Amino acid sequence: MKRFLPIAFVLVLVTLPLWMRDPYYLHMLVTTGIFTIAAMSLNLLLGYNGQLSLGHVAFFGIGAYTSALVSLGFDVDIFDYTIVHDPWPPVLGFFIAILVTGVCGYLIGKLSFKVRGAYFVIVTISFAEVVRLVALNWMDLTQGPLALTNIPPIVLGAKSIGYVSILGKVPSYYLVLGVAALAFLLISRIVHSRYGRAMIALKENESLALACGIDVTKYLVFGAVVSAAMAGAAGSLYAHYIRIVDPEIFMFMNTVTMVIMVITGGKGTLYGPIVGGLIFGILPVGLRVVAGPEVQWIIYGALMIAILLVLPEGIVPAIQRRFGLSAGNESKERPPADKSLVRGEQAL
Amino acid sequence: MEELSQHIANAIILGSSYAILGIGLTLIFGIMRVVNFTHGELYALGGYAAYMVSTVLGLNFFLGLPVSILVGALVGAAIEFILLRRIRTSDMDTGMLVMIGAGIIILNSIQLIWGGVAKSVNTPFSDVPVVVGPVSVSSLRLFVLVAALVLIAATYFLINRTKLGKAMRATFQDPDVASLMGVNIGVIYTATFAIGSALAAAAGALLGPVFLVTPSMGNMAALKAFAIVILGGLGSIPGATIGGFILAFSEEMGAGYISSGYRDAMGFLIIIMVLLIKPTGLFARSERVG
Amino acid sequence: MTAAALDTQNDGLSVNSVAVHFGGLVAISDMTFKTSGCEIVSLIGPNGAGKTTAFNVITGFQRPTHGSVSYRGTPLIGLKPHQVAALGLVRTFQRTSVFATNTVLENLKIGLHRQSQTSLFSAIFALPSERASEVRITAEAWEILEFVGIADRAHQVAGTLPYGEQRLLGVALALAGKPSMLLLDEPVSGMNPTETSNFLRLLRALRARNIGILLVEHDVPLVMEISDRIVVLNYGRIIAEGSPAEIQNNPEVIAAYLGQGATLA
Repeated sequence: MKRFLPIAFVLVLVTLPLWMRDPYYLHMLVTTGIFTIAAMSLNLLLGYNGQLSLGHVAFFGIGAYTSALVSLGFDVDIFDYTIVHDPWPPVLGFFIAILVTGVCGYLIGKLSFKVRGAYFVIVTISFAEVVRLVALNWMDLTQGPLALTNIPPIVLGAKSIGYVSILGKVPSYYLVLGVAALAFLLISRIVHSRYGRAMIALKENESLALACGIDVTKYLVFGAVVSAAMAGAAGSLYAHYIRIVDPEIFMFMNTVTMVIMVITGGKGTLYGPIVGGLIFGILPVGLRVVAGPEVQWIIYGALMIAILLVLPEGIVPAIQRRFGLSAGNESKERPPADKSLVRGEQAL
Repeated sequence: MEELSQHIANAIILGSSYAILGIGLTLIFGIMRVVNFTHGELYALGGYAAYMVSTVLGLNFFLGLPVSILVGALVGAAIEFILLRRIRTSDMDTGMLVMIGAGIIILNSIQLIWGGVAKSVNTPFSDVPVVVGPVSVSSLRLFVLVAALVLIAATYFLINRTKLGKAMRATFQDPDVASLMGVNIGVIYTATFAIGSALAAAAGALLGPVFLVTPSMGNMAALKAFAIVILGGLGSIPGATIGGFILAFSEEMGAGYISSGYRDAMGFLIIIMVLLIKPTGLFARSERVG
Repeated sequence: MTAAALDTQNDGLSVNSVAVHFGGLVAISDMTFKTSGCEIVSLIGPNGAGKTTAFNVITGFQRPTHGSVSYRGTPLIGLKPHQVAALGLVRTFQRTSVFATNTVLENLKIGLHRQSQTSLFSAIFALPSERASEVRITAEAWEILEFVGIADRAHQVAGTLPYGEQRLLGVALALAGKPSMLLLDEPVSGMNPTETSNFLRLLRALRARNIGILLVEHDVPLVMEISDRIVVLNYGRIIAEGSPAEIQNNPEVIAAYLGQGATLA
């Protein structure tokens, strides 16, 4: 049963455009998918590293702007120099966005982890706000509130086999699905490796992790880099799908959306952000019939508070407990039958 | 030189209101160790209360301030009572997120009730500015300065000369010991949150008429409040006061001599710099939270 | 070993004139002692004497105001805790000694972190080298659990273990760091007599493996029974040092403890 559920889920997702034709719903799914990738990246930082970063949208937005600028080209004057960049293929923009946000993640990680707890939260929010103000004011580069428009869609392919332009809802859906699947697999592999163990250890008990020889700063920064790069990837997908990027992307509300997705789904679990992403991607569709945007947000706020008070670990762990599903295969592990691995010590 | 003194005058006026905002947050943050993400929304509520009193209901403008303070205190007490009590034992992240949720609810309620269009608050002051040497200030701004200074003094008096203030200070030092000495911590927490929120609302009521009243005025205010508290050190009223003026000065000088678009960035830059260089703030003796 | 013999040795811990001041408070005023590679040394003293602070200084969690510490000739002051651990000096903690929300087996795998060097690339792509490394780590984890005696708890969540077994897990975690010297901070507090005597056997087995042990303990009879040497702290300074027999008869030590109501018999 446990193995069946994810497979069924994947099948549903893969075949979805075949039986769901309504373009509005498809659009919702694409944007939900993009935000879910960002939520997964936030989950790595929040759920596994234990750091509440409320500036995460900065990486998303930097990824979007980077990818857009790479594919649109720009020319700016910095002091006395003029930098001109000709448009490059958008797919390059995608990879450069990942690189740039990864580097930002490294810098922010190194700087921000000198402070912890509440102060770290405040620093991350401040960082996001500074980025927003730069995007708003550096009109030379970003067009400020006039937005970057006509961003070209991603084009995949090669000379020999031909090109396909990811334009429109269905191709975008599959692109986002593909990237989301890769992101999920990446996080899953990291979490189950010794890297994941180190991250969980330092979240759980930092002094003890240090005493075990775990370089806490290194793994915090590692989490920040991967998390930022993944958010940047999501941002790039956003830029080439919506094809308009403006400083509103940096709004605190977007960070809150990602945070709500992670928290309600279940931070520190692999499926949490997906469940949270689906709920908060689909809810607006249902609610919009009965309630305006303000009421929707009031409901989200109340829902988040309710989950935090009643199910603080999130929905996925609660379901796991209810149905007795354990998180891993470990309970089946037994001591090695091959005693040659045990070097002849007498047990006490 | 003239321009400079004008900037200085503006900074002093702005700083006095910032100081109130910061003092409110440093009390809450310092005594309750809660990262209060509703502080900005209380500031906005204060602005809207002044708007309601003066523009909508047409009452005496000077009633706006006390009404805002009352609204702030009541809403603050309600938040503390309904939400914060439940999560006192949870970890800090949960507390922060619950506060964010509450902030979202308040923000969107404001937007729902009053809409997104900026509102202006009617004031009885004339537009003719008061000129003192090279400096000219509107009468409204003079009132704001005076009112803010009075509030700062009142808060100082409350904290340092009353029994309630003494209990609050004891709780700040060590809640366990304070409770052993007979202080009802629950009451103190509610009072602290109410007072802090009331101060935020007061700041909103003072600055609302100066600028405009919009639903999003709280966002910026919240972050500036954090900048002030971090600058001045957690739980330090003198620190928050001076921090408020320092922030106002940086904004005025930055906007005047560098670029006005980045005015609001000053607060954030201060936060980032202070936390990286001297995390305990300029004045605090207490340790890092969290 | 006599103190004189120790001076010529360099295979242990060497603490020299360490002082720790917190503002006006003197946690440690002047601490100097040495240990050799394979003996059990106990640090005892009334509460607040500075024992845990000494641990924190030695293992890099606290900078001393003065003084130096070296281990096998390598200076320790200024190193970060994970670097000290990498030198072979591993400590346990008095409280929160385990990763409470993980299972016992997972705890050990975390403790074995330094024993594997898998690169990120091989981890992400699940290369054979990573697989092999994981198998080896798991096997070693089981081995240590059996050595310490809590293998039957392997899949239990660490925070739900009885307190005495949590302390054993804490020691197991420390062993996973392949220490040449263990610093145990009140390991038997909360243990019943059976657990305590099992623990003593564990300590002897460790000493037989040439692992030096520095022990902070309040349980004086246990300290008398197991220690090769005892260092007595009071008010942040060392008031006596020697074999259990010498300490038992030291008038200053008796005076320091008489106020606490403990007996040294």
